[in-house]
Amino acid sequence: MDMTTQTNHDPALTGEGADKAQTLVLPRIDCRDVSVFYSGKQAVFGVSLPVFDRSVTALIGPSGCGKSTFLRCLNRMNETIDGAKVTGEIIMDGENINSPDVDPVLLRSRVGMVFQKPNPFPKSIYDNIAYGPRIHGLVDDRHELDAIVEKSLRRAGLWQEVKDRLTQPGTSLSGGQQQRLCIARAIAVRPEVILMDEPCSSLDPIATARIEELIDELRKRYCIVIVTHSMQQAARVSQRTAFFHLGHLVEMGDTDQIFTSPRERRTEDYITGRFG
Amino acid sequence: MADHIVSAFTDELDKIAADLMRMGGIVEMMILDSCQAVDRNDKELAKDVISRDPGVDRLEEEVERQIVSLIARRQPMAHDLRSVFAALKTAGELERIGDLSKNIGKRTLMLDDAVPVAMRRGVARMARPVSLQLHSVLDAYATSSAETAKTVWESDDDIDQHYNSLFREMITYMIEDPRTIGAGAHMLFMAKNLERIGDHCTNIAEFIYFQITGEYLMPHERPKAPTTGI
Repeated sequence: MDMTTQTNHDPALTGEGADKAQTLVLPRIDCRDVSVFYSGKQAVFGVSLPVFDRSVTALIGPSGCGKSTFLRCLNRMNETIDGAKVTGEIIMDGENINSPDVDPVLLRSRVGMVFQKPNPFPKSIYDNIAYGPRIHGLVDDRHELDAIVEKSLRRAGLWQEVKDRLTQPGTSLSGGQQQRLCIARAIAVRPEVILMDEPCSSLDPIATARIEELIDELRKRYCIVIVTHSMQQAARVSQRTAFFHLGHLVEMGDTDQIFTSPRERRTEDYITGRFG
Repeated sequence: MADHIVSAFTDELDKIAADLMRMGGIVEMMILDSCQAVDRNDKELAKDVISRDPGVDRLEEEVERQIVSLIARRQPMAHDLRSVFAALKTAGELERIGDLSKNIGKRTLMLDDAVPVAMRRGVARMARPVSLQLHSVLDAYATSSAETAKTVWESDDDIDQHYNSLFREMITYMIEDPRTIGAGAHMLFMAKNLERIGDHCTNIAEFIYFQITGEYLMPHERPKAPTTGI
């Protein structure tokens, strides 16, 4: 099934004017009272946060505020860390993703992730994209696989640059291209949500602009959650922004509101560079 | 509010605010002096007011230059963003107030010496509440008082009423003695200038209120005096 038909949201909600209307629809992911503990030490404190479809939600806050930890809850990545425990509910499609019935591998195909440092597999560009669809059994033949590879690379804005060198290693690409390759790889398994953990922090401004342009394009189809240290980036790419501090969600609102008239003093102090 | 981690950022915002207050102080005196020149038929004072306008223009440019540079280098957010936005808009309003005061000065130079004192007094009387309006709004800026800004914003109708009454007074003089029509026309423009200055103060009050609270004062909620129809 194609992603465009997979969600049941009103197509009128895409593009201009969608941002306000989205507050009227049900969230794609509804996080309720989520806490995270690392070996008994609490890192995230009872965060309740709705994440809406076809929009970008930015998580901002100083280092160690729990934003990346929270992001990793959304596809159960914290499970890979010894001693980590997540409590609370994260509801996606009416189901708590923390439930033992949910297969984390399948979950991660629905909730893709892009990391700070581009991490292509040590394989060809083609195989980087084809790997996911193959192991998830999304394709029946080579022809279908070719189509997915091309479509994913096109959506990631990389096709024109790599179409003649698909057999070359993914690691031969530039940093920005590698990051777009990783995004294409995430898209290839038809996720519903894409998590991005500081996806531009190792890229130059031009490569960053390309990724931001891509994020803006992708948000028409996907629900995107991005952790970023750059407030300007959060302001540029997101429709909603959540500010974390010391493991607490301090404030969440429309990006315009957060950056022009934040309600909370701590948000104001952080985004204006007054934090002590 | 606490200082920025980068102290130069705070210094730059402070410098913009100080320049704006300086500009405000100069134009406030321009209003009072231009009207005193009318009242006393003091053409030297009128020329002096006119000579101050280029200084106001230069200050506006200076404030604009600082703000453009600050936006480019610091990308202000939240209250800082609202501050520079308000400062930029306020500088423009103050520059207009300077122009309008200069215009009163220019018209004073054109007034015949024989213009009745009573006619001159009318304009001079209106200068006081108008300059007070500017004084109060600058006070709101200096003390970050949203309440004072709102009070200024709400009291503009007093000036409008003053203008309406002056308008009728001038029409009466002109009907009674057609020889005063030339002077009366100049006086009406001066009164209109003062009324416009009141409007500019209202605009400044709106920017300051937004700077402090992050909320907009809605123009349609403001009390309005009946107009002259002109």
